[in-house]
Amino acid sequence: MGQTDRKMFRYVTGFVILFCGVLLLSLCNIGIGSVSVPAKEIVACLSGGAVDSTVRGIVWNIRLPRALSALILGGALALSGYLLQTFFHNPIAGPFVLGISSGSKLTVSLVMVFLLGNAVKISSTALIAAAFAGAMLSMGFVLLMSKRVSNMSMLVVCGVMIGYICSAITDFVVTFADDADIVNLHNWSRGSFSGMSWSNLPTMTVVVIAASVGVFFLSKPISAYQLGENYAKNMGVNLRALRVLLIMLSSILSACVVAYAGPISFVGIAVPQLTKSIFGTNKPILMIPACFLGGSVFCLLCDLIARTVFAPTELSISTVTAVFGAPVVLWVMAARKRRQE
Amino acid sequence: MRDSYFFTLDMCVGYHGKPLIRDIGITLQKGEILTLIGPNGAGKSTILKSIAGQLELIGGAVYLDQRTLAGMRREELAKKMSVLFTEKIRAELLTCEEVVESGRYPYTGRFGLLSAEDHQIVAEAMELVHVAELRDRLFDEISDGQKQRVMLARAMAGHPKILILDEPTSYLDVKYKLEFLSVLQEMRKKKGLTVIMSLHELELAERISDKILCVKGAYVERLGEPCEIFQPGYIQSLFDIRIGSYDEENSQLELEAVKGTPEVFVIAGGGSGKNVYRRLQREDISFATGILFSNDVDTPVARALASEVIEAEAFEPVDEALFEHAKKIMNECQTVICCRHRFGSLERANKELLAYAKAVGKLVER
Repeated sequence: MGQTDRKMFRYVTGFVILFCGVLLLSLCNIGIGSVSVPAKEIVACLSGGAVDSTVRGIVWNIRLPRALSALILGGALALSGYLLQTFFHNPIAGPFVLGISSGSKLTVSLVMVFLLGNAVKISSTALIAAAFAGAMLSMGFVLLMSKRVSNMSMLVVCGVMIGYICSAITDFVVTFADDADIVNLHNWSRGSFSGMSWSNLPTMTVVVIAASVGVFFLSKPISAYQLGENYAKNMGVNLRALRVLLIMLSSILSACVVAYAGPISFVGIAVPQLTKSIFGTNKPILMIPACFLGGSVFCLLCDLIARTVFAPTELSISTVTAVFGAPVVLWVMAARKRRQE
Repeated sequence: MRDSYFFTLDMCVGYHGKPLIRDIGITLQKGEILTLIGPNGAGKSTILKSIAGQLELIGGAVYLDQRTLAGMRREELAKKMSVLFTEKIRAELLTCEEVVESGRYPYTGRFGLLSAEDHQIVAEAMELVHVAELRDRLFDEISDGQKQRVMLARAMAGHPKILILDEPTSYLDVKYKLEFLSVLQEMRKKKGLTVIMSLHELELAERISDKILCVKGAYVERLGEPCEIFQPGYIQSLFDIRIGSYDEENSQLELEAVKGTPEVFVIAGGGSGKNVYRRLQREDISFATGILFSNDVDTPVARALASEVIEAEAFEPVDEALFEHAKKIMNECQTVICCRHRFGSLERANKELLAYAKAVGKLVER
């Protein structure tokens, strides 16, 4: 039983670390900035205690919604990456490298430019829907390619190419858009959590939580799918339905991120890999919640860095996630190569 | 046929709607073992995958316990049938125990958590296949042979009624081949497990199978008990063996015989000659041998390798004409090798042959 206990201990420790990480980094994200707010005041703010109204405004209207969206969208992104890695049996798959984020970016910017040009106010739901349509479009291309190329690095190359094409069209659209829109679009299209407000949060939260719970309920068939399609079929898994669900859920999750924060690189690849090594397992029932929390921690940390290191200048979030995420990808590929030899 | 435990009705299998093998009619009673043999690429895996539901049937139906497999719910079929394919399971970061646990999949609830009883069954399955000591090892890090046994334990953990195995013994050494098949026999005895598998090892197929199905090209060539299948010359034709030979009666295979007029005459019998025959084959020397009784252990090897075999009827004294024939052939050889040290009372002919060889001054090796 020693081994079982040790595994259990590792899982519990892993979750405790992730939970503490989310909590601690949320506090940091709320507390640190041009105006620093000590932990005591944050607590007072949140519990409705007596606090200076400027501080309350900063915490309540700016930093808290921003931290919450980093938490929620970070989790969504990591989970989307985990699903794509599972679906393609490919450790370096993710919404960004497969061009799915860029597809969403394209459709969202088209919708934004078109609607803003006609002075129509855009609802969150419309943005998510546009992003989802773009995600499905890119996903369709990737799926088509995956039938032709069995090699996993080739699939990623295809995804990167799709990403470039979508980005090129986006740039084209942005260049010819009206000046006022461009400022907004430009920041957004590079990926950023800035400007998140309470009005964004309800839809975002509902969509992400619903999709994540859906994913969690699929953890049993996903565990069978991981063993290989033929075995999954023999285990009684409805493969076709599972494939469709995996594609839909991962697209919804990544679309939601793009709709609000723009395309964010490397979180989708790096976080599932890191959580796998922390937990020493790939069991979906553990990995699904762990990836979500891991993505939250990762994005909270990266957003904190993006916001504070060169303050008052803010870095785009992808700049920071790439610095931390890309080495993880290199490490994964090197480790796989070593294992194959 | 229709009251059999397992049967296929006009089953036609193939890929992408194109029929590859038609009219497959298998019937098995509960607890029987059926083995598919046949040349590479003949469609053994295609048949197995079709029965397992991995490939859609082009035509016909598969019945288990009076019901069609196609008519069963996925979960129900998963409980009744386990599979082990040549393709390896993907098991990133999974321990062997966790791989075996996946065999309990159809029995677990919404989230796939195992009950105490499930854990007990997993432990038993691992004991049965002798992989209990691999429990905590990572599946990716054990040898192919060990993986194969873990996979068998996984298949057993599902308590299937019928087991489909595609070349299960390929990666196993001889000890584990025997052990693997013994486990199958044990399961059949204890639980009435029905097995359908493909094997490359003909001698194993002959020993373990109740029925053998021979697949060749686009049709099932033969289906029957091992004794009906392993008729002299059949394996040679099934596999289209042109170089070397397979002896169905003794499950022995021999390399290509050296052709030409014999250079060496080998006096053998009672198993003393077969190693000499094989040595001569390796050294590329053609030879004649005799006088062998037709039921001697040396005889099948001699038939496969010698340019000329002087064969006498079993259980009868050697007649004079045959003896003279042997002498004539010996005369044409340069050397004589005698493998016999003592001659039995019915072997007078060989004793005289040796004396003759010495008398005519042939070089005699022992």
